Amino acid sequence: MIGRSSPLLRGLRLLVLTFGAGVILFPFIFMISTSFKPQAEVFSAGLSLIPTGSAALDNYTKALTRIPMGRILLNGVVVCAAIVLFQIVFALPAAYALAKLRFRGREILFGLVLLGLLVPIHAISIPLYAAARMLNLLNTLAVLIIPFTLSVFAIFLFRQFIRAIPDDLIHAARSDGLSEAAIVWRIILPNAWPAASAFAIFSVVAHWNDLYWPLIAISKTQLATPPLGLLFFRAAEVGDDYGALMAATVVITTPLVLFFLFAQRLFIEGVTMTGLKG
Amino acid sequence: MPRSDPHESRAAWFLCGPTLLLMLLLLVLPTIAVFVLSLTDAELGEPVVHFLGLDAYADLLTDRSFLGAFRHTAIYVLLVAPASVLIGLGLAMLIEAGAGGRAFFRSVYFLPVVSLVVAMASVWQYLMHPSFGPINIALRMLGFAGVNWLGSSDNVLAALAVIGVWQAVGFNMVLFLAGLTAIDRTLYAAAEMDGIRSAWDRFRVVTWPMLGPTTLFVSTISVINAVKVFETVATLTQGGPAKASETLLWVIYQEGFVYLHIGSASAMAVVFIAVLLFLLVIQTRVLDKQVHYG
Repeated sequence: MIGRSSPLLRGLRLLVLTFGAGVILFPFIFMISTSFKPQAEVFSAGLSLIPTGSAALDNYTKALTRIPMGRILLNGVVVCAAIVLFQIVFALPAAYALAKLRFRGREILFGLVLLGLLVPIHAISIPLYAAARMLNLLNTLAVLIIPFTLSVFAIFLFRQFIRAIPDDLIHAARSDGLSEAAIVWRIILPNAWPAASAFAIFSVVAHWNDLYWPLIAISKTQLATPPLGLLFFRAAEVGDDYGALMAATVVITTPLVLFFLFAQRLFIEGVTMTGLKG
Repeated sequence: MPRSDPHESRAAWFLCGPTLLLMLLLLVLPTIAVFVLSLTDAELGEPVVHFLGLDAYADLLTDRSFLGAFRHTAIYVLLVAPASVLIGLGLAMLIEAGAGGRAFFRSVYFLPVVSLVVAMASVWQYLMHPSFGPINIALRMLGFAGVNWLGSSDNVLAALAVIGVWQAVGFNMVLFLAGLTAIDRTLYAAAEMDGIRSAWDRFRVVTWPMLGPTTLFVSTISVINAVKVFETVATLTQGGPAKASETLLWVIYQEGFVYLHIGSASAMAVVFIAVLLFLLVIQTRVLDKQVHYG
């Protein structure tokens, strides 16, 4: 539309978008620049982006050693990977049954799924915490994973997607002698792959960011996920050591950002397909 | 074919069994437990529990910190949701309107969505620092007075809202881009033949009505996400100063896991579920009545 109109409008479009991009990038730019600055320079109240003295080594050493940073990032990866894996393993067969099989109780089960969409972890964290305490699961990686092994949202999303898979494909598989479980993993999974990968992206972004449940269930730094680890880092910090804090935020933000930059299409498709759930 | 044949039934229950078990343990029982606990004065580690019934909810109505949290959350939602929806829509339309830099801008605006909220909140805290934060330095250079962003009870919700909007616009933009791409190009040609020439009329007659479902959808997610604000509060303000940034999830967390009053925390959690339910009912109503599918 603007594309074939005046150069003035085209220029205006670029100007506004560039200004907006500047606003979006502004925190990232200062995060990186400040992570190189010595404390005195942070306090000197200038707007210079290029540090004069270099405290990069000092700041990043603090970021990596004040909390067990490697371990914390690894915790995040392990927890997110396990959550996604369990969610898909549990949700896909149920979604297939809800989409393609006729059985008594199907409506009730689907009703439960819809009801579950309404109840976020925050609302039921109290009984979950009490149960985890009774089972001596607090301060374990398992407690970060177990409450999320069930994703009613995954069931809902996969069911929508599987309904669009032609019945003929399933009938053919049955006449080839495949069991229903084999159909799920050998026919449905490959066909529902776009939905599964979209969901995986959505799930990783959500759980990588989640602070609420880890804050409740974990009190040991060694078992922290990245958001909780950063809170521990902030608590261990003396005064306003923003240089070290920014170094820590750079280290902790980079993995998912890099993943995004390398797999952008996957992320955009993931959000578009799963956008209905916050 | 019969409505349900025994073979299919058996297979279905075999496939759904594990999920059903998890659903009972992780969803149904905890939800029932929250409702039951909400009617009591239960405290963690306290063996004696009294049944309060609906008085528990009456108590919430006079609980000033809960009412405050309710009000703060509402203000935060009113600040964040409309702004992030409108800016998201504007960005999507600007990106879609021309050929230059599409992929670049889309990536840049999406960057906050994939950045750790707790980390970026820390960066914003530095940017908003009253004395040496770059935002106030820039304001002073332009001749304005510096603003006490997170440290004043008058500004703290607005400051958190700025972070919330910054975080959410890229997400909304991507959803709007998908909605815009789905609009049939021939509708614009048809509108032009009907004498609709100005960009604003094109937007009013074609784009806006066709985007109806997307807009409703984006608005609902934006509201629900804003209602769930927790990370920035926990990282930056801890509900302060003077309780001015206590939000619903923050008081539920405090009441349940800091003061260990799991009875009253459960009552708050039930109210929280009710709020989400209310929002979804509104969404369904609007969807039934007003949205044009063209």
